[in-house]
Amino acid sequence: MTEIFGIPTQALFGQLLIGLINGSFYALLSLGLAVIFGLLNIINFAHGAQYMLGAFVAYLLLSKLGINYWWALLITPLVVGASGMVIERLMLSKLYKLDHLYGLLLTFGLALIIQGVFRNIYGSSGEPYQIPDALQGGQNLGFMFLPNYRAWIIVASLITCLSTWYVIERTKLGAYLRAATENPQLVQAFGVNVPRMITLTYGFGVGLAALAGVMAAPVYQVSPQMGADLIIVVFAVVVIGGMGSILGAITTGFALGLIEGLTKVFYPEASSTVIFIIMVIVLLVRPAGLFGTQK
Amino acid sequence: MTRDTLPSAAAQKRAAELRTHRIAFGLMALLLFFAPAVLYPVFMMKIMCFALFACAFNLLLGFGGLLSFGHAMFLGSAGYAAAHSAKVWSLTPELAILFGTLCACVLSVGAGLLAIRRQGIYFAMITLALAQMVFFFSLQAPFTGGEDGIQGVPRGMLFGLIDLKNPLAMYGVVLVIFLGGFALIYRIVHSPFGQVLKAIRENQDRAISLGYDIDRYKLLAFVLSGTIAGLAGATKAIVFQLASLTDVHWTMSGEVVLMTLLGGMGTVFGPVVGAALIITMQNYLAQLGAWVTVVQGVIFVVCVLAFRRGIIGELGHWLRKPL
Repeated sequence: MTEIFGIPTQALFGQLLIGLINGSFYALLSLGLAVIFGLLNIINFAHGAQYMLGAFVAYLLLSKLGINYWWALLITPLVVGASGMVIERLMLSKLYKLDHLYGLLLTFGLALIIQGVFRNIYGSSGEPYQIPDALQGGQNLGFMFLPNYRAWIIVASLITCLSTWYVIERTKLGAYLRAATENPQLVQAFGVNVPRMITLTYGFGVGLAALAGVMAAPVYQVSPQMGADLIIVVFAVVVIGGMGSILGAITTGFALGLIEGLTKVFYPEASSTVIFIIMVIVLLVRPAGLFGTQK
Repeated sequence: MTRDTLPSAAAQKRAAELRTHRIAFGLMALLLFFAPAVLYPVFMMKIMCFALFACAFNLLLGFGGLLSFGHAMFLGSAGYAAAHSAKVWSLTPELAILFGTLCACVLSVGAGLLAIRRQGIYFAMITLALAQMVFFFSLQAPFTGGEDGIQGVPRGMLFGLIDLKNPLAMYGVVLVIFLGGFALIYRIVHSPFGQVLKAIRENQDRAISLGYDIDRYKLLAFVLSGTIAGLAGATKAIVFQLASLTDVHWTMSGEVVLMTLLGGMGTVFGPVVGAALIITMQNYLAQLGAWVTVVQGVIFVVCVLAFRRGIIGELGHWLRKPL
């Protein structure tokens, strides 16, 4: 067996792969948070719960209605995103004139409700979700074995992230969005329906979380707690990257996933805290975050 | 006409406010003093520990405008330190509580220095992430007992004289700590320091232009809040003879936010009422399991949407008296 720095290559690449998978989810979730934060100026604490909701909707679609993974990938973000839009219209929209902290508190309360309801119904243990037939098996790359489904997650997440970046930074719709982030009153004066745009943006961000949830369902178990701890890590990722830049959020997500994976190989005791430690260092060196600008 | 004979309207108002607060404080002390006659002492001690925790949190959020989403790290780590020092080093309870509080103080200096580098929402996220780090540390560190926590902590002899195994003696200690902590927070809030803190909350830029080093004020507020939260946690560990992961978990950080929000942010007595209500609710709804979380979530949503002053805030608004 070949070794690098005394670590078998199999283990090293295996952990790097897991790191990349985790990074895919960090990137997708922090991207959603950044998009929402840009326009609504709130941190969506319910993001983890909505990610979990995505996984559960996919699980229910399969087990109750027999709708397969590919359809779930399309339907789930729409359903969960729509529920997000209802929340935005009924609740969040009442808070825009107040201190931003109220948005955080409200979404925290929503997260407790969503997670509590699912824990009552499904308990704390997870429900399994089958990997779709087309993505069963894997490739032997010589130096490691790459399961097809894991490769798919990385590719799909990259595509989603980059197309989001493209839409926001390179299209007319994105230009409206960026303009509304800068100065909503002025954009409104130009005849753009800003409140509707805010609703759709929140729905889109929530939809991204749900999409991540569907992709995560076959890898992790579908459980009510799956989003709770993850969201705190994603918050740290957001603090490290800064929420000013879309590409920054994506890059930071993937990079931190990889670093976490490497830590699991070389110093497993620190693997659960490494991201927080990096956050501390970044705060000391560059308080605004790697890609952020200090306001 | 001199100022000595005719106090200004503001001073009169302040004197009236002080009178109201003194009466309310006296009533609260009296109620707590006689409560063990009708209510289970351990239950009341739990309420007092959490009330002190919520008051400490309110010092930061209600008067400093800083939302910490990681205050459980002070409650929990002080609990671990007190439990460890009482059980393994056989310290007397007063020294164990002091040691726990000191540990929370040191931790809050470190956490505060990092967290005040960012503002608003970032402040909340940083404190939450730091608390999660403390949680993982508590899970893995050799002396915390992992999932089991530190159990069977001896209550010991206070000053080597009074046996705290007697519930009423323990109750007296907790009562003194709670009332002392409460009075300390009241004093801090109404000191010149507290006034500057409120000014920073209201208009940070103006406070800077007036020459205040706002980072120093924020840090001091954070450390005071974290230390008193630690006092509550250390006391709680001695009372329940247990330090566990529950107290460092983020759900605990959320609970203290809820207590403060429900009782009334920025009010003097709100956090006490909020803590009493939430603890009572948890006690009665305990058999409902995860529904408690749902109920707490609903209270959060209702408070934020319709009831932002909280119970005591609404009452004070109605009576036209700051409570």
